[in-house]
Amino acid sequence: MSFFKRLRDAIVQKSEEVTQKFTDGLAKTRDLLVEKVEDLVRRYKKIDDDFFDELEEILITSDVGVNTVMELIDDLRGEVRKHKIENAIDLQPILSEKLVALLKNDEAADTALNVEDGRLNVILFVGVNGVGKTTTIGKMAHMFKQQGKKVLLAAGDTFRAAAIEQLEVWGDRVGVEVIKQQQGSDPAAVIYDAVQAAKSRNVDVLLCDTAGRLQNKVNLMEELAKVHRVLARELPGAPHEVLLVLDATTGQNALSQAKTFGESAGVTGIVLTKLDGTAKGGIVIAIRNELNIPVKYVGLGEKMDDLQPFDPEQFVHALFAGLIQQETEAENTQG
Amino acid sequence: MAFESLANRLQNAFDKLRGRGKIDETIVNEAMREVRLALLEADVNFKVVKDFVARVKERAVGQEVMKSLTPGQMVIKIVNEELVELMGGNVAQLTMSHRPPTVIMMAGLQGAGKTTTTGKLAKYLTKQNRKPLMVAGDIYRPAAIKQLQVLGEQLNIPVFALGDQVSPVEIARQAIEHAKANNLDVVLIDTAGRLHIDEALMEELKQVREVAKPDEILLVVDAMTGQDAVNVAESFNSQLELTGVVLTKLDGDTRGGAALSVKAVTGKPIKFAAMGEKMDALEAFHPDRMASRILGMGDVLSLIEKAQANVDEEKARDMERQMRQGEFTFDMFLDSMQQLRNMGPFEDILGMLPGMNKMKGKMNVDEKQIARVEAIAKSMTKAERANPDLLNASRRKRIAAGSGTSIQEVNRFIKQFDDMKKMMKQFSGTAEKMMKKSKKKGGMGLPFMGKGKGGNPGGMNFPFNFKPPFK
Ligand SMILES: Nc1nc2c(ncn2[C@@H]2O[C@H](COP(=O)(O)OP(=O)(O)OP(=O)(O)O)[C@@H](O)[C@H]2O)c(=O)[nH]1
Ligand SMILES: Nc1nc2c(ncn2[C@@H]2O[C@H](COP(=O)(O)OP(=O)(O)OP(=O)(O)O)[C@@H](O)[C@H]2O)c(=O)[nH]1
Ligand SMILES: [Mg+2]
Ligand SMILES: [Mg+2]
Repeated sequence: MSFFKRLRDAIVQKSEEVTQKFTDGLAKTRDLLVEKVEDLVRRYKKIDDDFFDELEEILITSDVGVNTVMELIDDLRGEVRKHKIENAIDLQPILSEKLVALLKNDEAADTALNVEDGRLNVILFVGVNGVGKTTTIGKMAHMFKQQGKKVLLAAGDTFRAAAIEQLEVWGDRVGVEVIKQQQGSDPAAVIYDAVQAAKSRNVDVLLCDTAGRLQNKVNLMEELAKVHRVLARELPGAPHEVLLVLDATTGQNALSQAKTFGESAGVTGIVLTKLDGTAKGGIVIAIRNELNIPVKYVGLGEKMDDLQPFDPEQFVHALFAGLIQQETEAENTQG
Repeated sequence: MAFESLANRLQNAFDKLRGRGKIDETIVNEAMREVRLALLEADVNFKVVKDFVARVKERAVGQEVMKSLTPGQMVIKIVNEELVELMGGNVAQLTMSHRPPTVIMMAGLQGAGKTTTTGKLAKYLTKQNRKPLMVAGDIYRPAAIKQLQVLGEQLNIPVFALGDQVSPVEIARQAIEHAKANNLDVVLIDTAGRLHIDEALMEELKQVREVAKPDEILLVVDAMTGQDAVNVAESFNSQLELTGVVLTKLDGDTRGGAALSVKAVTGKPIKFAAMGEKMDALEAFHPDRMASRILGMGDVLSLIEKAQANVDEEKARDMERQMRQGEFTFDMFLDSMQQLRNMGPFEDILGMLPGMNKMKGKMNVDEKQIARVEAIAKSMTKAERANPDLLNASRRKRIAAGSGTSIQEVNRFIKQFDDMKKMMKQFSGTAEKMMKKSKKKGGMGLPFMGKGKGGNPGGMNFPFNFKPPFK
């Protein structure tokens, strides 16, 4: 059975609707990458240096990190030599399989959030400016609310103009409460208030917003560490998740973000936003490959329900949807 | 960051290529392979890199290598020049309308920094005695209007808003009327973030443009943007005819290759660089600074520039010859000081040299002391400088008075100068030999180096040899 067939079968079990949404959201990404790979394979009957050059281009323009691409290409060259592969079409499944392998979370459970019934769960959102932290909190609050959980939001961004009001609008939309103080107050104090409120109100999930900060600002990273300490002190085990929000449009700097926030904020997972654009999200592959932080959710728009759990198989399915279809048709006509 | 600095990698590549007078293809290919990777790692778009590398190769092959540079450095010099050129020559200005109000419209992807930049620009304009009006044209993002109003309050600049139930087109129209009626001479229109592929929202921007007839349409681009920057910029430009670009979040540690991509595909100047969240963190854009940031080798570049601008190789060689014959005068000393001086603070120059970074801070170079010593030498007459034996007590007294130093200082300097001269007589070999020897001898106490705390200056061969100090 071909690689794509297996992939498709794995996905059929998943809800049609979810897959559809994912596929739609990634339509642009898919079109570009798939068209290019297809075109490449079609044009190059024989595998040669030019073939690899073009493959390199496709991957690099998808923001897969330079290092990762170089490694991958070396790998593929090795495979070609070892198995004496001559036709580009024969290399394609190996390529796809390698990409999925790079994306695959070590354990399936990795994608799930560390949220348990019967306790207060705290999720801290961190990231650089403007990536979509506050919006993702709104979306996630909606998601948890739909699961019947009691949700509370903490307006931990006390710096940016109208950041508190922005979170309040989301609170209204979703129908959850927001704990806040004045603009300019100490974020750690807001978070402290929020934990106390969450405890006394029997909240299931507390989602904490923080101000955007560039990872090279030492004092701002220290401020984050303080928030972290307050959480840990006020509630054993908290924060249960620290989600780094990354903008899919970001290039190689996303690696630096993942690294620094990973080290100083104890990031447990990534939310990759703005995948509804044409940015290809290849950075996910680089981060997975070089830092081993799992991607847990993806943002596919600005609306309340534009949030999906990250699923590497679906991701690749969406990327290669065109190819899968072609193959299935070919198999069907062959009977 | 994961990547090795381009400077180091190039150094390795160039070690093999020393001693060639002309830049041949081997050198160019060797260098450009590293440059290509550096540009890709900096997020410059793949295609832009490809074109760029081809152009530099064409220009570089066959060029004479400047005397003060190695062939590899010569290639980098060309790379840098081309990069600055591509980035856009001079700092661009905002176009101001002859018939106020001038209208400036912001556009860009979600979260790029449009609203913040609107505030910063308004502040920038008030400093130039303009009276700006900020217009809340984002009716979609939660609390976007409020965000602009908060900034307006902070800056004490009026904000025009009609809530989120009126179309941005209508808001823009009324805002301009309002500005005219109130003698406000610049209208800054904030707009909602949108994807370049969102046809409905792009259409809305076109309509705003129709109505507002902006003098400037500025694309706000996050400096951390990856390969997709070309698609975004191309699309916004072709649909709106941009007049310029603002690059934001440059206070981060991104190399900012998106700047090059955006410039290359739109041809529109980058007018401002945003360097922080505060309202005064907006600067004019400097193409040269951006070029060396993208290359990730500002250190080597500035050294190349300084060396080529300031060091006269012939003169240096003459002096070296003289010195080898044991001749050393105060004139020569002053000359050598001046040349080094021109290259910048002595300690910085040391820091720029490969391998010298570690020495930085340990050298205990006293810039003030250097200045005093120079003053002493300058207070001598021409005859005294050429013939130090003339320096008797009364002359020394005069020199101390003329240079604002003490007799003791003058004496100490003359003594050190004599020591140096003696030492030079001992060394008759080349600069390299001298370096080795002086290492063994444990340095040679240049007049401006204090009694170093930690190390002694070791292999410093200044001021005997001032060839540009790289391989
Ligand atoms: N297209 C698209 N836009 C998004 C997505 N997620 C967030 N946005 C938009 O991105 C912009 C910034 O989002 P915010 O949630 O304010 O980002 P933030 O990280 O909280 O920003 P700061 O608090 O200022 O650092 C807003 O215009 C959001 O609507 C997404 O998945 N797709
Ligand atoms: N560090 C840094 N942050 C910046 C800079 N410019 C803007 N920001 C931050 O980036 C985030 C987004 O800025 P906004 O001005 O809200 O961006 P926008 O383009 O208006 O966003 P939308 O309206 O949602 O599309 C905020 O947290 C700003 O404070 C900058 O130059 N440096
Ligand atoms: Mg926010
Ligand atoms: Mg805005």
